[in-house]
Amino acid sequence: MLPLAERQRGFAAALLDSEADVPPGLVGPDGVPSARRFAVYRNNVAAGLSESMTITFPAVRRIVGEEFFTAMARAYVLADPPRSPMLLDYGSGFADFIASFPPAATLPYLADVARIENAWKESFHSADAAPLPPAALAKIPPDQLAGMRLQLHPSVRIVTSRYPVLTIWRMNADGGEPAPVDLNAGGEDCLVVRPAADVEVRSVPAGGAAFLRRLGEGASLGDASEAGFAAAADFDLSANLAGLISAGAFCGYTLEGAAAPEKE
Amino acid sequence: MPETTGLHSQAAPATIPARAGVGLKPQHYRDILEGAPDIGFFEVHAENYMGEGGPPHRYLTAIRERYPLSLHGVGLSIGAERPLDRDHLLRLKHLNERYEPGLFSEHLAWSTHDTTYLNDLLPVPYTKETLARVSEHIEEVQETVGRQMLLENPSTYLAFTESTYSEIDFISEVAKRSGCGLLLDVNNVYVSSTNQEWDPVAYVDAFPLQLVKEIHLGGHAPEKDEAGRPLLIDAHDREVDRIVWGLFEHTIASAGAVPTLVEWDANVPDWPTLNAEADLAEAVLARAEPGDMQRAAAG
Ligand SMILES: [Fe+2]
Repeated sequence: MLPLAERQRGFAAALLDSEADVPPGLVGPDGVPSARRFAVYRNNVAAGLSESMTITFPAVRRIVGEEFFTAMARAYVLADPPRSPMLLDYGSGFADFIASFPPAATLPYLADVARIENAWKESFHSADAAPLPPAALAKIPPDQLAGMRLQLHPSVRIVTSRYPVLTIWRMNADGGEPAPVDLNAGGEDCLVVRPAADVEVRSVPAGGAAFLRRLGEGASLGDASEAGFAAAADFDLSANLAGLISAGAFCGYTLEGAAAPEKE
Repeated sequence: MPETTGLHSQAAPATIPARAGVGLKPQHYRDILEGAPDIGFFEVHAENYMGEGGPPHRYLTAIRERYPLSLHGVGLSIGAERPLDRDHLLRLKHLNERYEPGLFSEHLAWSTHDTTYLNDLLPVPYTKETLARVSEHIEEVQETVGRQMLLENPSTYLAFTESTYSEIDFISEVAKRSGCGLLLDVNNVYVSSTNQEWDPVAYVDAFPLQLVKEIHLGGHAPEKDEAGRPLLIDAHDREVDRIVWGLFEHTIASAGAVPTLVEWDANVPDWPTLNAEADLAEAVLARAEPGDMQRAAAG
């Protein structure tokens, strides 16, 4: 009698390798081995996982077309199958896979579109929190501003790109109209955030992504703005800060020497 | 804003009535909240509500305030030889505490091997070794989550030559050892019976109906194997088949009225179409003796 562990090892290996022989002892009602019956399971695994990619990456799919997308998604699920039954977390490696997938090399921006879509999904499922209202900063004494540490809203994700990826994503998202795009028009950085019910994707001005990343690492406002200036000479601190607050990108802050974070 | 509010004071009772329910789909959230349809209960796949926050929890909380809920896991891999994923089990426990579902179920199947989640309900050989493993796993689930679990009969496409139990003897023995309840998927009975050349009516008649606390109905896709024999696929992508409706009536005639769920997970129809499927099930339940078997099981 085949022990269960050995049976499942052979079954799983043959599921993930479409060239593999069907394991012995898997039979139809006549007791005869049936490749067609095993193929139902093999197909369920690949089709089910690539279907979950379809749900997360609709703009990538629209750009490359259904046939190309299905082939690419199936290649991905075999190369990087999920490590957990939490399929909500699955697909975070898809953008890197696209970047190194030779048939997609003619679309150099495609991986960054996938990064926006993965960020959108993560933001959608992130923890709820009330965003810091714009009035909150008005209460802070000016001499304390440089030392304050802003807490990013749990839904914040940042995507940077050498391509006009936000423009491309918008054109290919639900309701968008694809049109010619000048790929040399310069890169676009985006903020993905869900301050309440809906995920929003916004453009971030020059230096803003570096600034926001440093804030996310726990840097003070002063240190983070230095990172902003280092990334872009024309970094505008007050415009960036105002834009981020109105987007709902923060949910609290601490002042220098304060024991507990302030929350609104 | 509180991050995870428990539902300790929800308006709708936890207990699932012996009526028809449907699988909850995001496409129908608004129809349900705005139209307030007269549906016995909703069932969700636990894994779809394991995110930290966001609209899925917001809608489920609102729907749970209005309707009883059943929680159906699809990823615990109870039939695997490997130990259960403790993190996943704790997520199931947390969802049980947060939403207080009236019923909680999982499958007689495996889906995780080594570190890979295979995302399908894979079949198990019916052997002494599997029986011991599945029973231990269910005991661990019930102990951790702190409540009874219902085990669902699978739809299968092939058989294992090493099996030494019939499916019904296997399931009955697991229930006896672990103390779990049973979820009888009548479509799965028909799918497996066709694929394995069993008699589906005899299957229902031999099944321990006194342990059945929930029934599933769903649509299947007809295909053929390489020998030209019918091979039914448990696709949940269409209406319940006419023959499955007949088998359901036969089941209810013996079991009495049991909470019955219509599953429709792919090619999801508009709300009125799904609601109409539930109405068909409700009509069958309304003609039955109310909950004979449920009372017998309770007593
Ligand atoms: Fe089912």
